[in-house]
Amino acid sequence: MSKRILEIRELKREFVMGVETVRALKGISFTVEAGEFVTIMGSSGSGKTTLLNILGCLDKPSIGDYLLDGVDIKKLSRDELAQLRNHKIGFVFQAYNLLPRTTALENVELPLLYNKEISSEERKKRAINALEAVKLADRHDHTPSQLSGGQQQRVAIARALVNEPVMILADEATGNLDSRTSYEIMALMQELNRTQGKTIVFVTHEPDIASFSSRTILLRDGIIQKDTPNENIRSAREVLDNLPVTDDY
Amino acid sequence: MSFYNLILIALRALQRNKLRAFLTMLGIIMGVASVIAMVAIGQGSKQSIHDSLSNMGSNMITVMPASNLNGGVKISGSSFQTLTSKDIVALKRDAQYITDVSPSVTAKGQAINGAMNWPTSMQGVDPAYLDIRKLTLKDGIAFTEQDVQTSAKVCLIGQTVIDNLFPNTNPIGKVIRFGNIPFQIIGILNPKGQNAFGQDQDDILIAPYTTVQKRILATIYYQNIYASAANEQVTDAAVTEMTNILRTSHRLTASEDNDFQVRTQAELINTLSSTSSLLTVLLTVIAGISLVIGGIGIMNIMYVSVTERTREIGLRMSIGARGKDILLQFLAEAVLISITGGVIGVCLGIISCRLVTLILSWPTIISQSSVVLSFVVCALTGIFFGYYPAQKASRLDPIEALRYE
Repeated sequence: MSKRILEIRELKREFVMGVETVRALKGISFTVEAGEFVTIMGSSGSGKTTLLNILGCLDKPSIGDYLLDGVDIKKLSRDELAQLRNHKIGFVFQAYNLLPRTTALENVELPLLYNKEISSEERKKRAINALEAVKLADRHDHTPSQLSGGQQQRVAIARALVNEPVMILADEATGNLDSRTSYEIMALMQELNRTQGKTIVFVTHEPDIASFSSRTILLRDGIIQKDTPNENIRSAREVLDNLPVTDDY
Repeated sequence: MSFYNLILIALRALQRNKLRAFLTMLGIIMGVASVIAMVAIGQGSKQSIHDSLSNMGSNMITVMPASNLNGGVKISGSSFQTLTSKDIVALKRDAQYITDVSPSVTAKGQAINGAMNWPTSMQGVDPAYLDIRKLTLKDGIAFTEQDVQTSAKVCLIGQTVIDNLFPNTNPIGKVIRFGNIPFQIIGILNPKGQNAFGQDQDDILIAPYTTVQKRILATIYYQNIYASAANEQVTDAAVTEMTNILRTSHRLTASEDNDFQVRTQAELINTLSSTSSLLTVLLTVIAGISLVIGGIGIMNIMYVSVTERTREIGLRMSIGARGKDILLQFLAEAVLISITGGVIGVCLGIISCRLVTLILSWPTIISQSSVVLSFVVCALTGIFFGYYPAQKASRLDPIEALRYE
């Protein structure tokens, strides 16, 4: 029996814009078990971003429940939500969001600086391990401007791993990358999912990317249109190996 | 978030933009350095004025003829002839708070030694005058009560006069002419240098007052009476006492104004001290303003920085920074800038004081209180001017901040 990481019940989110009420999410329910690799797909306006904000504990549902690792986020204050994000969620953003002019190691350490319980030796050790996990062990002292897009995204993934979260939440994490680098990132994600059992929720609008996950949730107009396990999971590693070797550019 | 982590976060953030941090600091550096330098210069000049007056004998009391109504027209005090030997006798007999008293008359003229001559003045005084003015002899002896009684033609000579009349010889025992009277030089005064007003105190000949009165000026009046109070604390009592004795001696009725003035050095010290206190206040205010401007500089940069770093703030919040953590980070950055600026400013202030003393030879006194105060003010400036931008940062919505372009 695997652990239930996410549990969403009849979740609704409404925004009041002047006199109008925009209903971004109109009642969605699903659960995610530990070790799953879920992609959430949907065109723009489908409520994808709203759902992502709620899943990331940056926003709260108007109605309905959201339990992250058994914690009901509805009851938490702003500060408690921050703490929860610090302990249980690893974010990976489309634009990497690394601190400029800051070394990879210091960027990866960042979440741990907001966790009192971690000593500076422990912090350094964990950051080095996380960089090793994303195969950037030799890039500790490089600043973002000295790294390629793919490398920057891997630093961001290391940053998401460093606090040992229950879930990695990726927001269009391959959106700024070319297809080869995208596959490299997906291969890394799959590896983290399979060998380390990390739960990954990956928001994307590319069906190609979704085919690497174990399950796809399709949103449309604020409701779940389709929630299907992926029968035929592609291996990003294989796709990468089969790509024609080009040295055009 | 622990305190250590907070400082680490703030330091790393500042490190990312060293030049900006330094430029922000510059306002504080200049502010603190100018506070310290200006207060030190103010204090130094105050002290040097005080010192030079003390050296003149700070318990010295001077009596001079005062301007008085004469048919409705006020006349300058120096043309009055009110101080006489009667006053000296009365003071010596009745005054309890004064230890020494001496009349003084001054004649201007040409001092001549053979082919050399020099314009100077001869002051006629009692031997007690040397104690009152704290004058000492480098060589020779002072004249005595005996010399006063016989109106002896002897004098003491100041260094400036020696330099002009006796360039290479010892003047002791030599005779010079002053106002056609030959005077034998019996003593050399120790140089006193210039007084606080730039007068050369060594350009002087000192002789018994009777000699100057009878042989040169042909007058029975005194231009001044000098006295010294037993100590500085009783100066005020001595002034009151002397005033009463002189009024009796001059037979003034209760309705008449004094025909003399009694002045103490304390008055002069107070006047000059308050002038230079005013100077210190003025300089401090100017320096304080520059410190405030430095603070506004911090606020400016911090505001810009909050806007520019909106995405960073969003990121920090998304990975677990609470509003409080962001607030403290920005506050810590502001305080680190101002404190570092303060330390550099203190050093720069002290160095510039040393330079001022070295190059311009102005006396400077670096008071601990000004160092401590400007340092505290500077830390408070950081907190005060850093707070609003920090608060703005802490209240950002992480969702919007993350998407900020």
